[in-house]
Amino acid sequence: MRVIGYVALNVFKESVRDRVLYSLVAFAVLLIGASYLIGQLTAGQDMKIIKDLGLAAIATFGLLIAVFIGIGLVWKEVERRSIYSILSKPVRRHEFILGKYAGLALTLLVNVAMMTAAFYLVLAYMDTQFEENVRAIWPAPAVDPGMLRAIALIVVELLLVTAIAIFFSTFSSPLLSAALTVGLWVIGHFNADLRNFEAVVDSPAAAFLARALYYVLPNFAAFDVKAQVVYALPVPVSYLVTTAAYGAVYVGVLLAGAVAIFARRDFK
Amino acid sequence: MDAIRTEALTKHYRVGFWRPRPYVALDALTLDVRRGDVFGFLGPNGAGKTTTLKLLLQLIHPTSGRAEILGRPVGDVDVRRRIGYLPENPYFYDYLTAEELLAYFASLHGVAAAERRRRVASLLDEVGIGAERRLQLRKFSKGMLQRVGIAQAVINEPEVVFFDEPMSGLDPLGRREIRQLVLRLRDRGCTVFFSSHVLSDAEALCSRVAILAGGRLVASGQLTNLLAFQVKGWELVVTGLTEAALQHAVRAGHVARATAFGAEHYALELPLSAVPDRALADLTARGARLVSLNPVRETLEDYFVRQVADAPQDRGLEAHRAG
Repeated sequence: MRVIGYVALNVFKESVRDRVLYSLVAFAVLLIGASYLIGQLTAGQDMKIIKDLGLAAIATFGLLIAVFIGIGLVWKEVERRSIYSILSKPVRRHEFILGKYAGLALTLLVNVAMMTAAFYLVLAYMDTQFEENVRAIWPAPAVDPGMLRAIALIVVELLLVTAIAIFFSTFSSPLLSAALTVGLWVIGHFNADLRNFEAVVDSPAAAFLARALYYVLPNFAAFDVKAQVVYALPVPVSYLVTTAAYGAVYVGVLLAGAVAIFARRDFK
Repeated sequence: MDAIRTEALTKHYRVGFWRPRPYVALDALTLDVRRGDVFGFLGPNGAGKTTTLKLLLQLIHPTSGRAEILGRPVGDVDVRRRIGYLPENPYFYDYLTAEELLAYFASLHGVAAAERRRRVASLLDEVGIGAERRLQLRKFSKGMLQRVGIAQAVINEPEVVFFDEPMSGLDPLGRREIRQLVLRLRDRGCTVFFSSHVLSDAEALCSRVAILAGGRLVASGQLTNLLAFQVKGWELVVTGLTEAALQHAVRAGHVARATAFGAEHYALELPLSAVPDRALADLTARGARLVSLNPVRETLEDYFVRQVADAPQDRGLEAHRAG
């Protein structure tokens, strides 16, 4: 565990110095700029649109970081041969992979936490710009802690995307890893459609394949409760727990796969 | 107990995409390195030196054979607490400083914080980059990265250290400093195993060497005992030697070849059969004065060239089996 912690801290330090946290500035500018524009253009719907936009931005910025850092984490070490020095230390190969994963997870957590704080600050400011009668028709208050549930599931989704990116990066190039990771993420968002594929195709083979993919691939749509929280619809804690556990199983399987592949690799 | 021991260590790769064929990178290497030795692992580029080091560090897995370091199998993580490794052309993390990198590697070795700070500071000074300790590594030159690489290899005060081309990228001053460092490591009882194709470094440092060519071990032992490096003649430099005295020495069989440096100043090559003191006595009796007398050996350079010419050019599996 000690070694995993040191590897993780190193990933975090590198990511921060590699200006990953600059994405936070882009996030803040986007959110504040959009809030101002929306305030000028819409009436009554402002708060809902800002919440939609804020949650979508957190998810998108997080996704970009998870994919574009995740795909290079292992590949870069192998390509630049820094792996030689690390693995000649008392570091087992699985500790290296788990440390890399934990480091990126930490980077994402810090990033999402800061984006969330900025998001709530914007919401709190916007709240002061409306009359009481406008606030009364909102389905939820502006500074609604319920949104944290959607953000929690965004974090689980990002942890899963990170695991996918690291899995691919243990054996393929960054470009291919990015394509495969984003591809899985897109398919995962349309997972429910795969289940009912036989309704739209005649081929039993295609329907069987689609059904098989439905069972094997992660259902990313399950992590998306942004619309519910914006409309103040209930998202029970039990749903959060089971969905997080569902994500954790995939993360576990992907990391086990990454470790198994990495353990057999020759670093020529 | 030997510091390093390999038994028939072999590595084959498959090369080619459409019709992969085996390539013998290392062929049945059997080697013993005693504790406390500075061991030179020599050979031209592509001889299999780096492959051997990677097998010993378990960066690649052997096709067959086995290897031990300090009496334990190379896969044992405890062995790695007691060894150090400088890869060829090392590269580290762009955004870390030299100080942070060494502290990171020391922490992976489990070195406590106070000791870590002490070792990092003293090592950075020892390899000559103390002044750049807070500079990010992306701003380092190749030679400076090499020095960082050497420092990280010994951050855990290893019992055995592997240096892959340690002089690469260093200027003459840097090479001298690293030679001194290697000797200090030896004096502390550390076994130094270093691969090189820079022959003068090996000649200056190594107590024993192994020479690899075409993936095969072609010679090993003490440099002076290797047949190839035995005395094959003498070179005598004299001054005050007249033409008549030179002709007399040639006729007497004392001199095989003479090269004139100036008036009455010659380098004389004596045949191996000649007795150098008798030849010298004869020349000085005729008025010549001694400048120097040196044995002539085949240089490692000559030896490499000959071995490479003799080694099988085809590194395919069948060629090696036939060999």
